[in-house]
Amino acid sequence: MAQAAAVNTKWWSGGKSPFNVEYGKLMMWYFLMSDAFTFGAFLISYGTVRMSSISWPDPNKVFNSFPLAGHANLPLVFVSLMTFILIVSSVTMVLAVHEGHHGNRKGVVKWMIWTIIGGFAFLGCQAWEWHHLHDQGAWWGRNPFANADGTVAGSNFANFFFTITGFHGFHVFSGVVINIIVTIMAWRGVFERRGHYLMIEKIGLYWHFVDLVWVFVFLFFYLV
Amino acid sequence: MSSEATHVQQQTLTVPHETHVEIHHGHHHETFLTKYVFSQDHKTIAKQFLITGMFWALIGGLFSVIFRLQLGFPEAKFPWLEMLLGEWAKGGQLQAEAYYALVTMHGTVLVFFVLTAGLSGTFSNFLIPLQVGARDMASPFLNMLSYWFFFTASIVMLSSLFVQTGPFSGGWTAYPPLSALGEASPGSKVGMDLWLVSMALFVVSSLLGGLNYIATVLNMRTKGMSMTRLPLTIWAFFFTAVLGVLSFPVLLSGFILLIFDRHFGTSFYLSDIYINGQALPNEGGSAILYQHLFWFLGHPEVYIILLPAMGMASEILSVNSRKPIFGYMAMVGSLFAITILAFLVWAHHMFVTGLNPFLGAFFVLLTLLIAVPSAIKVFNWLTTLWKGNIRFTPAMLFAMGFVSLFISGGLTGIFLGNSSLDIHLHDTYFVIAHFHIVMGVASMFGMFAGIYHWYPKMYSRYLNNTLGYIHFWVTMIGAYLIFWPMHYEGLAGMPRRYYKFDIWESFKHFGTLNQFISIVSIIVFLAQILFLVNFFYSIWKGRKVTTQNPWGANTLEWTTPITPGHGNWSGEIPEVHRWAYDYGKDGKEFTTQTTPVSADESKH
Repeated sequence: MAQAAAVNTKWWSGGKSPFNVEYGKLMMWYFLMSDAFTFGAFLISYGTVRMSSISWPDPNKVFNSFPLAGHANLPLVFVSLMTFILIVSSVTMVLAVHEGHHGNRKGVVKWMIWTIIGGFAFLGCQAWEWHHLHDQGAWWGRNPFANADGTVAGSNFANFFFTITGFHGFHVFSGVVINIIVTIMAWRGVFERRGHYLMIEKIGLYWHFVDLVWVFVFLFFYLV
Repeated sequence: MSSEATHVQQQTLTVPHETHVEIHHGHHHETFLTKYVFSQDHKTIAKQFLITGMFWALIGGLFSVIFRLQLGFPEAKFPWLEMLLGEWAKGGQLQAEAYYALVTMHGTVLVFFVLTAGLSGTFSNFLIPLQVGARDMASPFLNMLSYWFFFTASIVMLSSLFVQTGPFSGGWTAYPPLSALGEASPGSKVGMDLWLVSMALFVVSSLLGGLNYIATVLNMRTKGMSMTRLPLTIWAFFFTAVLGVLSFPVLLSGFILLIFDRHFGTSFYLSDIYINGQALPNEGGSAILYQHLFWFLGHPEVYIILLPAMGMASEILSVNSRKPIFGYMAMVGSLFAITILAFLVWAHHMFVTGLNPFLGAFFVLLTLLIAVPSAIKVFNWLTTLWKGNIRFTPAMLFAMGFVSLFISGGLTGIFLGNSSLDIHLHDTYFVIAHFHIVMGVASMFGMFAGIYHWYPKMYSRYLNNTLGYIHFWVTMIGAYLIFWPMHYEGLAGMPRRYYKFDIWESFKHFGTLNQFISIVSIIVFLAQILFLVNFFYSIWKGRKVTTQNPWGANTLEWTTPITPGHGNWSGEIPEVHRWAYDYGKDGKEFTTQTTPVSADESKH
């Protein structure tokens, strides 16, 4: 046993991190795995209930509005814009992490501010969409949209939509708050004194994860 | 990753070590509040988990005594019960609603607050940094938060006992629609809201703890402590944490949907329900969906409870047999197999809920597969004991008791894992007997073994041995006397959770047997009081520990000072040169992990 361990690769033999990452990043990865299970459970629940229903409302007919566009029929245009905004904010986050690797304080702050703006823009879009759906009579427990086959739908279309996009929006909101905090820290030179911008990398992981979850929400609520 | 980042990396890793050394030399002034209340020392946090867990064990145990009185003596009146419970025991007779509430709370408290937080919260915290050779957890601050989330969850759960409509009473699994509709029962009103809030806080606590345990085991091992040199305790805590991190979030999702069903008019779990003659508008939901979400946690939860006990039993059996653990890699492999299988068997709790029998067949197969790693563990424990130079310390007795209970309870699991047998056995006392023995009492035994074994490290004093022996024998014999007869009742079809059985001709002859079980459970409960007295008396008055390594054990925690400060080792963290189980090697009784391998040493 001792012999077998002695010839073990040096990464796992103790005294250092086997993945060459600091503990906070490791914890973030495991947290994201855990959070993926939370979202996974939500989405599988949604799929289960939807599959066991005879019919379901058509997203192309529900999500067909655009701010200031009146009654123009624009299926999925607005949500595509929202998705675009969120993906762009992921790109700006990558740029912030990149500047962090070069220890460029100003660059980090600049791209973090763009990321925060992207986050707020996404939340604003979501607020508009929720408000619009609420005006149409949709809310938890209320669903005015008919099934695709013309029959009257139960309320679960709205129930799942508001619960899951709400839970995702809550994640985005938390992310924006944390982004603001670390941007202020970066701006005040906390990470410069620390000698590294690992904190930006960790919050970056979270931000990309939230973006990735949205891709699944987008797929399952809007596209199929 | 660039070399620059690597450099940064190593700096951040070494920083905490230096700070803690400083603390140990007394440069850091600690107040009562930072030392005992909002402490970030993993050893103090472990004790906080332990003592909170013991408080809950007392409450949960007392509840079982009270409802056992009802089951054993359904006609008797106990005026003191009315003094204790008021309206809930009008005229000294436990009311049906109170009975259900007590059963529910007994389950919730024991499963989550005692055997999850109290067991892995205590020993993961206490042993991981000490046995992997770290100054503290990866994040002492999040570790502290983990306890305080648990504490807040405890306060909320405790307060639910005192609301007018009573605590939740629909069973610890909280199945809707009973748990979703306030009109369905008094316990489903505000008591259920408090239950859900408390459990959500508990999930956060468990997540913060679990992330820390994983990060510490992977990242903070001392030099030379490769994964295959880890004591089996650490492997068990590691897998426990992985199970918790991946299964509790699914429970949280289930609870969030339940909260919406309760208060926001949704129909996730509700469909086609009449209550008091009124049709509810809810449509399209599925109560079975909740059961899937619940048991996706619920089954791994069984192993979250059991694995720490397995790990500690392995360590204690080896130390006190003065023999290496038999089949170290098989032990690790079987822990891993159990962890994987734990996620693939949840629907065996749902064989009779209308699950497709074809699907059920797969769950039967996967469930019975767990017998393989379980049997590997059992045989390895027995072969570790075989021809050992056994020292019958109270810890050793409890560890052996654990093995005995795990075998007895595990065998009945093979009965229950068959979906066709389950049609007869589900929701009977057979199930009660099975899971109490294999996971409830067995894990309690693992916990007791851990407490007796590591008490000298926790408090620098010994527990009283004589009281320990009395505690062990009363609990061991009592546990079998309580739960063995329940197998017969269950095979005869006696259903669990019922308030009384006097209207059934078929269960009448179990009347005296039920009395017997109730009387033994009171005796066993009193033995636990004896243990509590021993525990708290010994903190201040117990025999003092005078040697660094009282059990002659190999693991790193015994290389720390008798009373380790925050930071654990006063000097450098020792380097590890071998695995933890060199007992009786080359004629030496034990060889600690810090002993370098000498040139003339024999190979394994």
